[in-house]
Amino acid sequence: MNNNNTEIIPSMMITDEEIDFRQYLSSEELSVIEHEVSIMETREAAGIEALKVVQKHRGWISDNSLIAIAQCLQISSAQLEGVATFYNLIYRQKVGHYVIHLCDSISCHLTGYDEILKVIQTYLGIGYGQTTPDGEFTLLSNVCLGSCDKSPAMMINGQHYHSLTNESVVSILNGLSQNAGENV
Amino acid sequence: MTSESWLEQALSQALTRPLTHLVNLEQPLDLQSYVQAGGYIGATKALTQLTPKEVLDIVSDSGLKGRGGAGFPTGMKWGCIPALQDESRQAPPSYLICNGDEMEPGTFKDRYLLEGVPHQLIEAMIIASYTINADKAFLFLRGEYHLAATRLQQAIDQAYENNWLGENIQGTNYQLDLYLHTSAGRYICGEETALINALEGKRAIPRAKPPFPQVSGLFGKPTVVNNVETLSNLPHILKHGSQWFKDLSPNSDPGTKLYAACGQVKNPGVWELPMGVTIRELLYDYAGGMKDDVKLKGLLPGGASTDFLVEQHLDTPMDFDSIGKAGSRLGTGGLIVLGDKHCPVAMVLNLLRFFAQESCGWCTPCRDGTPWAVEILTRIEQGKGSLSDMTQLEDLCDFMWLGKTHCALAPGAVEPLKSAMRYFKDDFEQHIEQGCCPYQSNSNEQAQKEEQIESEHLVREGTNQEGLNLEGINQERDSDE
Ligand SMILES: Cc1cc2nc3c(=O)[nH]c(=O)nc-3n(C[C@H](O)[C@H](O)[C@H](O)COP(=O)(O)O)c2cc1C
Ligand code: SF4
Ligand code: FES
Repeated sequence: MNNNNTEIIPSMMITDEEIDFRQYLSSEELSVIEHEVSIMETREAAGIEALKVVQKHRGWISDNSLIAIAQCLQISSAQLEGVATFYNLIYRQKVGHYVIHLCDSISCHLTGYDEILKVIQTYLGIGYGQTTPDGEFTLLSNVCLGSCDKSPAMMINGQHYHSLTNESVVSILNGLSQNAGENV
Repeated sequence: MTSESWLEQALSQALTRPLTHLVNLEQPLDLQSYVQAGGYIGATKALTQLTPKEVLDIVSDSGLKGRGGAGFPTGMKWGCIPALQDESRQAPPSYLICNGDEMEPGTFKDRYLLEGVPHQLIEAMIIASYTINADKAFLFLRGEYHLAATRLQQAIDQAYENNWLGENIQGTNYQLDLYLHTSAGRYICGEETALINALEGKRAIPRAKPPFPQVSGLFGKPTVVNNVETLSNLPHILKHGSQWFKDLSPNSDPGTKLYAACGQVKNPGVWELPMGVTIRELLYDYAGGMKDDVKLKGLLPGGASTDFLVEQHLDTPMDFDSIGKAGSRLGTGGLIVLGDKHCPVAMVLNLLRFFAQESCGWCTPCRDGTPWAVEILTRIEQGKGSLSDMTQLEDLCDFMWLGKTHCALAPGAVEPLKSAMRYFKDDFEQHIEQGCCPYQSNSNEQAQKEEQIESEHLVREGTNQEGLNLEGINQERDSDE
């Protein structure tokens, strides 16, 4: 009876079987995840750290990455998806080389956010949620960045920029564009 | 300034500005310098001279109240931990969690302590952990605070190297492991039970209470969650005593407080002042008053989820009771200041968009109420509202009020909304009667500015402007919210 049941009810993992997390995840990724697991009382508690380290190495969380991490943590990929999509800083779509997080909260709103947004959108030719065709910039919003005394503010790849003006924002983006060009 | 004269000046303020006198945002003190400046004395005293119960008594007696927004007495919170009720210490170990999520719009005080004096927080967490019988502590930091994360991890590593963390701390038989957890960007993670779910790797929705975290928290163990600023007071209370802490403030709420101001003021910033400074002093003496050419329209006294106060409240002391009596909350102690040239409806709309976006979706009044409020406010702001919209907003404020939702996010959204409708009723009605936003009479000027942005070769090379309809994109985004 019991055996029958397990045959009839498909496990969440069945569709994920093509992926073997031990091969998919790098040894560095695995060691960070296992370190986190060793701190926590459950494997699932390493979820955020796992998503973050994989994103750090691969830029974003693809479906395959999600499945591999879920396997590694012994939870369903559906459960991990519920966690991954909950957070603003986990990217479930491919993003550009630079991800601009522009603060749209209250202090920035009171000190010139509208114009800064307009300048960025005009300069890059993209709106929120879009990436420039050359894959350099993605534009996203962010809640208050904790720089309200130096608003308007934005964050790009972990770097914070304060007291933005129409001019400074263009020169920041321009500087990054040129960097990116050199790296290629 | 040389480092010696910096230190000399800092130490001269050790008794009046305990939390921030050692803050150095350029280069925070390493463990050795922090010890030389008088650091880790409080922790030494706790671990070597006092029992956990005695530390608890000192903290309770100091009258310290939580600085995370609700102002709950810290001693009382700790007192519910089973280990402190059962003197024989047979109780299970607890967890300490420091709440460094700080995502409330208009709040940036904890950042100052996290980046500027990381060892103070680690010392504080050792004291708190010892008291509540925790052998593991987590520092839960918002994902965007990268600089703070680097500095805190360095400080934690130094503390391990110098036997301030790990086994047999400073020769005692007390053991503590402290871990930094960086989050990934979601406001609700700051709510203490959602934070616990986040740490457990679950979707970060709040938990129903009871059981309270002190009884069953992280992984089902007794857990205390305290704010960064709350904890940072501990080394000083232990070092200088509870009476000193009470004497810091002229009124019934003891200690100092990190106050801040942002928005349309001349000199935004954060300052440590005796608890109970008046709004007027904070706004004019510290924040430099209003920006040129604007007059005060209103302000939120303690972050995005507090009620508006106006001119008539300026002489209210910024302590928990007085701000409460004035009809608002001290919250996080950061003023968000609105001038008279900016539309209050637009401001409230911005705030409600935030709450709608950040609602975790667990309870209906919040999940459906906040976007509904955004829809109505958008209509009013665009001049398409009707007077019945005002009644609907009032009803929504009732639906989302305390006791009707699992956590304080929804009531927090109601506070600025309801108070704005009270103090800026005329503004709401003018939008409806005139069919437009009265603050946009300078819309010609606005259009000119926008044209200028577009015409001034401010376009990245290779960017194709054709086919891009920014308005379309914005509308799509709005309807998503
Ligand atoms: C939506 C929401 C967000 C919160 N965010 C924070 C936060 O970022 N930091 C914080 O210390 N407390 C926050 N709180 C309050 C915590 O739930 C909790 O009361 C606090 O961490 C307790 O610490 P304290 O007693 O030291 O003040 C938040 C509460 C709610 C309802
Ligand atoms: S009030 Fe809002 S944020 Fe809080 S639990 Fe309910 S839905 Fe979630
Ligand atoms: S509101 Fe933008 S940084 Fe705080």
